[in-house]
Amino acid sequence: MLIELSALDLSIAAILVLMLGLLGWRMQLGVSQQLYIAAARTTIQLLLIGLVLKALFATTHLAFILLIASVMIGVAGWEILSRQKRKLKGWWGFGISTGSLFVSSFMITLLCLLVVIQADPWYSPQYAIPLLGMLLGNTMTGIALGMDRLVQTAWQQRPVIEQRLMLGEEPCIAIGDIRKEAMRAGMIPIINSMAAAGLVSLPGMMTGQILAGAAPVEAVKYQILIMFMISAGTGFGVISVLWLISRRLFDQRERLNFNRLLKVAEEKHR
Amino acid sequence: MNELNIQQLEYLHCGPLELQVRSTECIGLSGASGSGKSQLLRVLADMEPHTGAIQLDKLEQQSICAHQWRKKVALLPAETVWWFDTVSEHFTDMPEQQVRQLGFDADVSGWSVTRLSSGEKQRLGLLRLLQNEPQVLLLDEPTANLDSTNEELFEQFVRDYLDQNAACAIWVSHDDEQLQRVCTRRYMLDDGMMTAC
Repeated sequence: MLIELSALDLSIAAILVLMLGLLGWRMQLGVSQQLYIAAARTTIQLLLIGLVLKALFATTHLAFILLIASVMIGVAGWEILSRQKRKLKGWWGFGISTGSLFVSSFMITLLCLLVVIQADPWYSPQYAIPLLGMLLGNTMTGIALGMDRLVQTAWQQRPVIEQRLMLGEEPCIAIGDIRKEAMRAGMIPIINSMAAAGLVSLPGMMTGQILAGAAPVEAVKYQILIMFMISAGTGFGVISVLWLISRRLFDQRERLNFNRLLKVAEEKHR
Repeated sequence: MNELNIQQLEYLHCGPLELQVRSTECIGLSGASGSGKSQLLRVLADMEPHTGAIQLDKLEQQSICAHQWRKKVALLPAETVWWFDTVSEHFTDMPEQQVRQLGFDADVSGWSVTRLSSGEKQRLGLLRLLQNEPQVLLLDEPTANLDSTNEELFEQFVRDYLDQNAACAIWVSHDDEQLQRVCTRRYMLDDGMMTAC
């Protein structure tokens, strides 16, 4: 059913990326290196996961799947952290991002597997791993955006927050507008893609299923399921991150405490 | 009675400081730049870490939530910040009479905050702060950007507030004549210690 791609087919697409990089280098746009690294990462990581999935599908073992899942969550938490301009000191940043990914993506995938899909066994990797992967990939983006916006804006608007504290406002109110903005920043990608789905863009998973020969309506149902799960996961994830971080930004006497953030210079130095 | 009681207070390089401010009293505080005057006001409003005891009547600062304390012990910083678009959004209710007493027309509530001069910000900042009906006012060079007419209005306004509400104040200023006019006692902060003058 599925037309298999040859190495030659892939290299045609690779040449396009190569040309883009060359053009960027000629015009001194400063993205070529990042582009090449990202392209190389995609190739290597996807090939590796292809091999892992192949092995995984052969042995349906719960412990092995949980191991893979926790590696995925850990790496996603790390990715969130590396996209932050200002990070929390110590293990807080990693703890908060990984924790909220666990609550949102992992729990929702679990719910979906146990209640909605009900495969046999419920953890069969063919469903579990791709679902978790799609959720993590999307909630990761939302959480990273929301977290970065919250900390950056709080940093820039320090005088406003302090003034509001001086007027006797509680921390959650003094930072309320900033939290609202950060929530928006985190949710906009998924809201946009839900709004544009079908009209402007055909979502990747659905396209993939159709290419593989699935009936369009079945593919659409899966896509709707995924979209809802992603938006719920992103929303709950961003909310928990905003709540935890804004608590961390204030000390027990309701003062702004930016000592808990790494300085940007320190960060470069590392 | 609203009495502010400061004992064994230490922060940064300053202290230990002792000070009692009685109801309706206004304490003047002067000192060189960097002597820790502004920091002292921030400490009293619990905006900076410190050790020692600060009490309002018998109420210990650390025994209530910081935001509740800041409503009672209110800090007017040298530069007030305005974050909404118009003046009135920062108020639950613009007190028209008080607005006039500080030399504004009633239409000030509709003003955009971007057109406020620093002097106007200081006067409106005081009004905004008084919405919480504080028992202690901490004023950090409140008239630094005012002309002499408005300066007089401001001083009178604060005096009236203290008398009518049995409140007290600590007034930081570089202007010794002003402190002589408005304050009952004056202190100098120098090398981390407070001396009467």
